Amino acid sequence: MTDHSEIDSVTGRATTGHEWDGIKELNTPLPRWWVICFYLTIVWAIGYWIVYPAWPLISSNTTGLFGYSSRADVALELANLDKIRGDKMAALGAASLADIEKDPALLALARAKGKTVFGDNCAPCHGSGAAGAKGFPNLNDDDWLWGGTLDQILQTIQFGARSGHAKTHEGQMLAFGKDGVLKGDEIVTVANYVRSLSGLSTRKGYDAAKGEKIFADNCAACHADGGKGNQELGAANLTDKIWLYGSDEATLIETISQGRAGVMPAWEGRLDPSTIKAMAVYVHSLGGGK
Amino acid sequence: MNKTVNTNELTSDDDNGPLYVAQKKVYPQSISGTFRRIKWGLMAFCLGVYYFLPFVRWNRGLGAPSQAVLIDLPNSRFYFFFIELWPQEIYYFTGLLIVAAVALFLMNSVGGRIWCGYLCPQTVWTDLFYAVERFVEGDRRERMRKDKSGGALTLKRVSEIALKHSIWLMIAWWTGGAWVLYFNDAPTLVKELLTFQAPMIAYIWIGILTATTYVLAGFMREQVCTYMCPWPRIQAALTDEWALNVTYRYDRGEKRTSVKKAAELRALGEHVGDCVDCYQCVAVCPTGIDIRNGSQLECIQCGLCIDACDNVMTKIGRPKRLIGYDNDINIQRRQEGKAPIYRIVRARTVAYSAIIAAVGGIMLYTLATRSLLDVNVLHDRNPVAVKLSDGSIRNAYTVRLLNKSGYDRVVAIDADGPVNLTTHVVGADSVTPDRPMIVIPRDSTSELRLLVTAPADSNPEKSIPVRFHVTDIGLGEVATTTDNFVAP
Repeated sequence: MTDHSEIDSVTGRATTGHEWDGIKELNTPLPRWWVICFYLTIVWAIGYWIVYPAWPLISSNTTGLFGYSSRADVALELANLDKIRGDKMAALGAASLADIEKDPALLALARAKGKTVFGDNCAPCHGSGAAGAKGFPNLNDDDWLWGGTLDQILQTIQFGARSGHAKTHEGQMLAFGKDGVLKGDEIVTVANYVRSLSGLSTRKGYDAAKGEKIFADNCAACHADGGKGNQELGAANLTDKIWLYGSDEATLIETISQGRAGVMPAWEGRLDPSTIKAMAVYVHSLGGGK
Repeated sequence: MNKTVNTNELTSDDDNGPLYVAQKKVYPQSISGTFRRIKWGLMAFCLGVYYFLPFVRWNRGLGAPSQAVLIDLPNSRFYFFFIELWPQEIYYFTGLLIVAAVALFLMNSVGGRIWCGYLCPQTVWTDLFYAVERFVEGDRRERMRKDKSGGALTLKRVSEIALKHSIWLMIAWWTGGAWVLYFNDAPTLVKELLTFQAPMIAYIWIGILTATTYVLAGFMREQVCTYMCPWPRIQAALTDEWALNVTYRYDRGEKRTSVKKAAELRALGEHVGDCVDCYQCVAVCPTGIDIRNGSQLECIQCGLCIDACDNVMTKIGRPKRLIGYDNDINIQRRQEGKAPIYRIVRARTVAYSAIIAAVGGIMLYTLATRSLLDVNVLHDRNPVAVKLSDGSIRNAYTVRLLNKSGYDRVVAIDADGPVNLTTHVVGADSVTPDRPMIVIPRDSTSELRLLVTAPADSNPEKSIPVRFHVTDIGLGEVATTTDNFVAP
């Protein structure tokens, strides 16, 4: 390698010796402090390896002299968070459900907490916005199988429906066809009668009087006279516009023949009482609460 | 070039020149003159504003901070005299930054690096630190002598060095101390700082700013401008042929001779330059360059070489401003025997001024018409609409109400649309059944869940526009926003 560096005649400075298409580059050396800073960053990096977790080993990694771990850091921060929130969650636990809804600060806390917990625990069935799905009630509307007051919602969350918990909501839609209680044409007739209760169209030539009689004999015990439903038994109101499984004739026939018994798990024991309270307020505040 | 190369040559630093250079310490000489006076004045003004502004009081009424300029981070408010800004109004700062940037461009196109030479904190504090250095250790020659015989650490020399660094650290400490006063009530914080009761973060920030001031103004000095700051590079791209820069008028200065020789040659009627190679311009330069080499990246255009040269020109009886604010066009015109022309008003200065006026005007307008009651509405996305048991349709919205005034408000929320809509706020007591009333405390926001219902027989279209009115019941002030009402 030959030294091509020379003194540039215009600036009086040395060139690097590089030349591209006749253009020569002036040598502009770095300031010494800059170079020292650069070496210091290298020294810093080595120090970092020693005091912090750095190098991967076969099944673990070097832990470093400080014993730092980001997992422990997160755990600590979460514990701190719980401590900070402790007072507020205690206030939530102490207040009555009605008082929580009246206090803007408690309501905001309950809604925030409830929304998070709902997303973690309830969304798989009820959907992230609580809009429900076939067989899983929409919690935004004002139709409630087991009641829509704050206390009723709380009870349903605590003990569930048909959950096996000692205090759970019991009662189910019987399988009138499968169990041989009603025959095929009777099921079709009563299905059309149920449709007529909420003003839906009925099959041509269907016998309304017969339908009414079948309903009174078999269904009114739970769904009440006129099909208004019974929240004690979780029997749906058949006169409104909201249908958990569907209002078309085929679905109704399926419901009457096979029965329905959706399950909602009990959350008591799985979530702490103030969290369940927050969730009840959250669900109530979605808009359908009574 | 069949030169045999030995291995020594390959590893030698001389091969391609040195890889790094030591910082050449600059010993600026004291100087007096017009530009030095301007610089002292601006230094006093800038430092005065910086150190004392936090103590200026401004009455905003009970419950509001009484500090004229305050950045209240915990409550996310910014106070500037009669202005109070919320985080949502961060665009005012964007506007301020635009104005500041274009003001820099304007300065540059009028008078070069005015910012660098007179106003930049790096320049102001370095200038102050140099003044301390000069006060303690003496002027240029003395400091150079003392540094050269650095081995002779007499008691006097050691105490001098100690004194200089103590004063520097004190100034640096006050720099950091004043900084934190902008973030808290100044008199209270000063009391807390003096009794060591201030929050840890205040001491940490004072420490950080003490360190940066001490290092940047005491040691890094011109290195910051030359190597760290992007502005010298940007300004090189912004300047044009009409911009006035600190310029050595070589048409007048060349050819350089001694005072004596010049007089002799002039007597013979020959052309002689005014520059007598006294190196006073170099001696006073805080970045250690020779302005006679023309415009340079390192030159911060502080104008001290103008003062230095003027003093010499006065002494030798030649006209002043051999170095002055000028440009190459005028140098050429004088060489051609024409009168110099100065063009401050030209397309780019007019454009920059217009941008500053426009952005500033828009900011002032929005500030003057700034509403103290505001509403934001966010439509629920899941579910967008809910059918109720009687067939009516309900949409839910998250409503954020902003009360920027200094008093509590009672507001009513109404929703108007092509169909009859009723509103209900979750958790709010309704004074009238269909008109929710909400209290928003002073200087705060409230987030509410608003339910809007259309009756079953209204059969709204898939999506209809809704106008939300938030009315202050007491004052009649109204804030309005729009969104859509959606049918399932």
